[in-house]
Amino acid sequence: MTTALLAIPNLQARRINVLEAVFMAILHFLAYLPVCALVLILGKIVHSGIGVITWEFLTQAPVEGMTKGGIFPCIFGTLSITLLMILIALPIGVGAAIYMVEYAKEGVWVRVIRAAVNNLAGIPSVVFGLFGMGFFILFVGHHLDEVLRTGLLFGKPCMLWAAATLAILVLPVIIVSTEEALNAVPQSHRSASMALGATKWQTIRDVVLPQAKGGILTGAILAISRGAGETAPILFTGCAYFLPRLPIVKLFGIIPMINPMDQFMELSYHIFIMATQSTNAQKTMPIQFGTTLVLISLTFFLNLGAILLRSHYRKSLGQVTLQ
Amino acid sequence: MNRPETTEKNLKTEHKSGVEMDEALVKIKTRALSVYYGATQALKQVDMDIKKQAVTALIGPSGCGKSTFLRVFNRMNDMIPDTRLEGKATIDGIDIYSPNINVVTLRRLVGMVFQKSNPFPKTIFDNVAYGPKLNGVTNRSQLEEIVERSLIQAAIWDEVKDRLHRSAMELSGGQQQRVCIARALAVSPEILLMDEPASALDPISTAKIEELIHDLKKEYTIVIVTHNMQQAARVSDYTGFFLLGELIEFDKTERIFEVPKDKRTEDYITGRFG
Ligand SMILES: Nc1ncnc2c1ncn2[C@@H]1O[C@H](COP(=O)(O)OP(=O)(O)OP(=O)(O)O)[C@@H](O)[C@H]1O
Ligand SMILES: [Mg+2]
Repeated sequence: MTTALLAIPNLQARRINVLEAVFMAILHFLAYLPVCALVLILGKIVHSGIGVITWEFLTQAPVEGMTKGGIFPCIFGTLSITLLMILIALPIGVGAAIYMVEYAKEGVWVRVIRAAVNNLAGIPSVVFGLFGMGFFILFVGHHLDEVLRTGLLFGKPCMLWAAATLAILVLPVIIVSTEEALNAVPQSHRSASMALGATKWQTIRDVVLPQAKGGILTGAILAISRGAGETAPILFTGCAYFLPRLPIVKLFGIIPMINPMDQFMELSYHIFIMATQSTNAQKTMPIQFGTTLVLISLTFFLNLGAILLRSHYRKSLGQVTLQ
Repeated sequence: MNRPETTEKNLKTEHKSGVEMDEALVKIKTRALSVYYGATQALKQVDMDIKKQAVTALIGPSGCGKSTFLRVFNRMNDMIPDTRLEGKATIDGIDIYSPNINVVTLRRLVGMVFQKSNPFPKTIFDNVAYGPKLNGVTNRSQLEEIVERSLIQAAIWDEVKDRLHRSAMELSGGQQQRVCIARALAVSPEILLMDEPASALDPISTAKIEELIHDLKKEYTIVIVTHNMQQAARVSDYTGFFLLGELIEFDKTERIFEVPKDKRTEDYITGRFG
């Protein structure tokens, strides 16, 4: 062998190179296909929707049979219900996961709970909507009203029940990711803490949960992505066809806060209504695109916020060792 | 299994692995101590007197029950499902398995250092301050004082004093282990249990830990598990040799290594063990 051989063109190698290049091109194309689909969808939405997005659109209520005005009540409703949903789902989900990982001995009951959680994740969302109406409104709500003598306060669709229904929908996501996060905490850290005289709960609070925080937040992100923008579960449980005022109540007559007992408008439901129930679906078309754009951006920013939060926790001490 | 009668008489009289020890100098005492994991018996009728402010080494082949024996004294075996204990274990004459013993208090009295260094992913300061905080110390300057004292005692202060508020995970293995020792010392225990504390360390770090053990015995009663015969010979005053859950021989370290009474002990320490 001399280096001179390198200068002689090798035809066979060239043929293989061509084949390989074609093959690579096909794979490339397949890999980029989902990206193309995403770009096309987003492109269409942005292109048709961006025109209607004005300050007025974002801050006003819809008027004239939803063909004019803005979508502020829907934005407010979506944010409120997502917030309420996560406030309900996070403590329950994290609590359940802590129970399963830290307290319950592996056995029949834990397996039953786990099977239930997995099955919960597979149920179509419209079933949650029906369940929410039947359980929360007709059963829990009516009985609360009877017991508390509150007339018709709890026994009707409202944000609380819609959020509770959504919370059940996202519960499996939170439970599963919290379980994973807890299991990722080395057993040796629990032993070290217990050996120093910490109780089980002190160990969970001071050693386990701080390390699992990043993973739990990931669960919250996934839950928000899953829950925000869901239409079916809130369809029968609280969202309003048209409600231009905001679901706000003044606490002690001064401090404004979200009123969980009120109904609300919501972005995805609003899109559905405009597309299918509007007297003039054609006329609302640009608004539909605008609303979709707002919904997508909102979910995007919710996720982005949560991701930033998580990476902040990751960077803070020790999370380096986790992943 | 018949539970042996553990009367006062039984506690005072001589026992099979006989070292004569002044009753007043005994910190930990076990009599007919057996531990079961489900159906397997990990310790068989162990009698041992562990001397105050001395180092007692536990040696023996893998699986012979050394760690199990160690975990008897801070009741960490309690956390393993299906464990059962028979016989008696006392500290300063108090039965630590009596129903009115507070396990949390016991564990503050009996510190433990594990084989693999296991600092929390917190700052060095927070690692060492963890125990005192559990004890309700909240005063910052008091905490600082405890942390400094513990780190000095664990012979790591000079190496970490400028980085107390950096993560303990950034330290080397040997440094981490000494931080763990400091963490155990910070709650001012009287007894220190060490389960192969240097087995994952390089020779220099090991030498540092051994030196440290030598200093610590002035204040603490130390029980150390080791697989390293030279280490047992170097650091300990008493040595117990375990085999299949039985305490075969227990005596002054130099006697165990120079004139072992039992053939099996001799075989083990000379490395002729099958
Ligand atoms: N958590 C447990 N569950 C069931 N059996 C156990 C458990 N821990 C230890 N054992 C058993 O008890 C016996 C003694 O184990 P132990 O860990 O005390 O031995 P060791 O002398 O510390 O061994 P090594 O030198 O390998 O650390 C072994 O037979 C082991 O299989
Ligand atoms: Mg062991």
